[in-house]
Amino acid sequence: MSSKPQDVEALIGRKYQHGFVTDIESDSLPPGLDEEVVRAISRKKQEPAFLLDWRLKAFRHWLTMREPQWAHVHYQRIDYQDISYYSAPRTPANAPKSLEEVDPKLLATYAKLGIPLHERARLAGVAVDAVFDSVSVATTFKDKLAKAGVIFCSFSDAVHHHPELVERYLGSVVPAADNFFAALNSAVFSDGSFVYVPAGVRCPMELSTYFRINAAKTGQFERTLIIAAEGASVSYLEGCTAPMRDENQLHAAVVELVALDDARIKYSTVQNWYPGDENGIGGIFNFVTKRGECRGRNSKISWTQVETGSAITWKYPSCVLRGDNSVGEFYSVAVTNNYQQADTGTKMIHIGRNTRSTIVSKGISAGHAENTYRGQVKILPSAEGARNFTQCDSLLMGAKCAAHTFPYMEVKNPTAVVEHEASTSKIGEDQLFYCLQRGISQEDAVNMIVSGFCKVVFKELPMEFAVEAQNLLSVSLEGAVG
Amino acid sequence: MLKISNLTARVAGKNILNGVDLEVNAGEIHALMGPNGSGKSTLAQILAGREDYEITGGSVLFEGRDLLALPPEERARAGLFLGFQYPVEIPGVNNVYLLKAALNAKRKAAGEPEVDAYEFLALIKQKMKFMQMSESFLTRGVNEGFSGGEKKRNEVLQMLVLEPKLAILDETDSGLDIDALKVVSNGVNSLRDPHRSVVLVTHYQRLLDYIVPDRVHVFSGGRILKSGDKSLALELEKRGYDWLQESRVA
Repeated sequence: MSSKPQDVEALIGRKYQHGFVTDIESDSLPPGLDEEVVRAISRKKQEPAFLLDWRLKAFRHWLTMREPQWAHVHYQRIDYQDISYYSAPRTPANAPKSLEEVDPKLLATYAKLGIPLHERARLAGVAVDAVFDSVSVATTFKDKLAKAGVIFCSFSDAVHHHPELVERYLGSVVPAADNFFAALNSAVFSDGSFVYVPAGVRCPMELSTYFRINAAKTGQFERTLIIAAEGASVSYLEGCTAPMRDENQLHAAVVELVALDDARIKYSTVQNWYPGDENGIGGIFNFVTKRGECRGRNSKISWTQVETGSAITWKYPSCVLRGDNSVGEFYSVAVTNNYQQADTGTKMIHIGRNTRSTIVSKGISAGHAENTYRGQVKILPSAEGARNFTQCDSLLMGAKCAAHTFPYMEVKNPTAVVEHEASTSKIGEDQLFYCLQRGISQEDAVNMIVSGFCKVVFKELPMEFAVEAQNLLSVSLEGAVG
Repeated sequence: MLKISNLTARVAGKNILNGVDLEVNAGEIHALMGPNGSGKSTLAQILAGREDYEITGGSVLFEGRDLLALPPEERARAGLFLGFQYPVEIPGVNNVYLLKAALNAKRKAAGEPEVDAYEFLALIKQKMKFMQMSESFLTRGVNEGFSGGEKKRNEVLQMLVLEPKLAILDETDSGLDIDALKVVSNGVNSLRDPHRSVVLVTHYQRLLDYIVPDRVHVFSGGRILKSGDKSLALELEKRGYDWLQESRVA
């Protein structure tokens, strides 16, 4: 009785000081990127030497790289010297004090999405102190996780409190020099999330629940590292169905997952960043590198994503199936409307014996949007008995949008079985008329048909989000037909 | 109930309805027969509000309202039901979910409270039993992987749940074996009511053995060529359509 409450308080205090919410002084670096900027970021964050070295290596390599041009997306050149690589989060001073001060249109969208009342305030950026409910709920969750031995903290926290884990795993799945955007992220990443689930532990809750309540504003260059030790399992949900406004146009995040023997990681994403207006002005550029490695035997990594936001999405959550009998899965719904462009898909790299992968991709285009599925299945000579099943379907709404499918397959083991199915369909006039003839409104009919099309992916989402994701889809496609 | 006057329509520059006159009173069952391509299905689609056709003249009154001025979903909510000749598959959309949404859309339009999930389940189970459909149809997607006969049963099931004032059944009997034909006919007959009308589009007299029509019309060249009582259907069965067309030329 005497010690416990204090522990909890200590925990809260510590997290509040260094944790998700605010730990950065309110200053910014001027725009521009050179070695000194990288050093300054590391210094501000009081990082150990190994991390600074790692950043510098990444930066030097980045200088030798060129921005990739192969994706089926078009945008104005990004001036990397015109970006500030370290900026303070918005101060509570200019944040709304309560929901009454928030744009009613935004609140109407939250209502349509079915977002619980107590979460709306945080999402709308109401000053943190005003959101009492969330804080207390989050505290309970922290307690529960700590008891189970799960480490779940900001990346900066992990650097200070678990440097040995960070040093061991950082960059072990996505090397600093992996690609242009990953190298940039490695050099300048500001913060992100860190999860370590110790051997044999089933994470006692969906990390989504926690994350939704406590998520800080996403940085421009986010870094996430999730490790599930032997026999551990964890389900993590990133993002939110609510529209996220952000001042930064360029986002280049890196997510690394490591699953050791018999471990399971389920990583779900709902991405709804500002897509630009109906004329294609503004909107976030989202260049993300996400990769998981099934390092141990019988391990499993599953990616589920619902992508409706951003002006440009460039994203290929992938699995490296190194351990024998390991399993990789990718379930994706990508919606593009108006002038949005998405080039997304996955890579499944089969290295171990009897490795299996499943890819289900559903692309929906409306307006003038471009939607591209790009997927690679690679079976190395060592991957005896590997199996892959790929299904990618596209749904077109209207005559001005487009869908593209680029499957790459490389099979170097004769015992492997690789299957690929693809389809493209227009939202059926016949289907629509059938629903209308039954008295269902056009809007409801479109929602119903689209949801049906995406059902196999939605059922992979954590339950509480499946409904929101479905609502999100209908909000994203409002007025797309008729 | 339904009054069609001198209706003309075309598609892709081709005249397909050439002055249709038809009056269906409340409580009546009418059969529309005629050779392939005569315009029967087109008429059914136009009445339901399909937009692919250009209406070039004439009028349609449904309970005194200008039917052609209403969008398809409002026609449906006003009580017009089309049993499709080729019911479309909608993958991933639950069969029962669609039907519940349809019923509630109609009830809402009529100012009635929506049915809740429990009430609806009880209702649909009862109707499915009547249509001799297995409960697996509760969880399947709309017409997804249904056989031809199952699709037609499903159409009649929807009709039974929606209880339309005017049902237009477009070749609902095609592709049914004799047992299924009986079930479907029972379904239609169970809806028979002094306030309700049915228009059957069919090629086969055998349907009319089970659903006895008040009037039979022969459709040809985009109009009604001849009307009569149920004996006309028997005569058609015996003599085909040619004698009608010859008499028209003469």
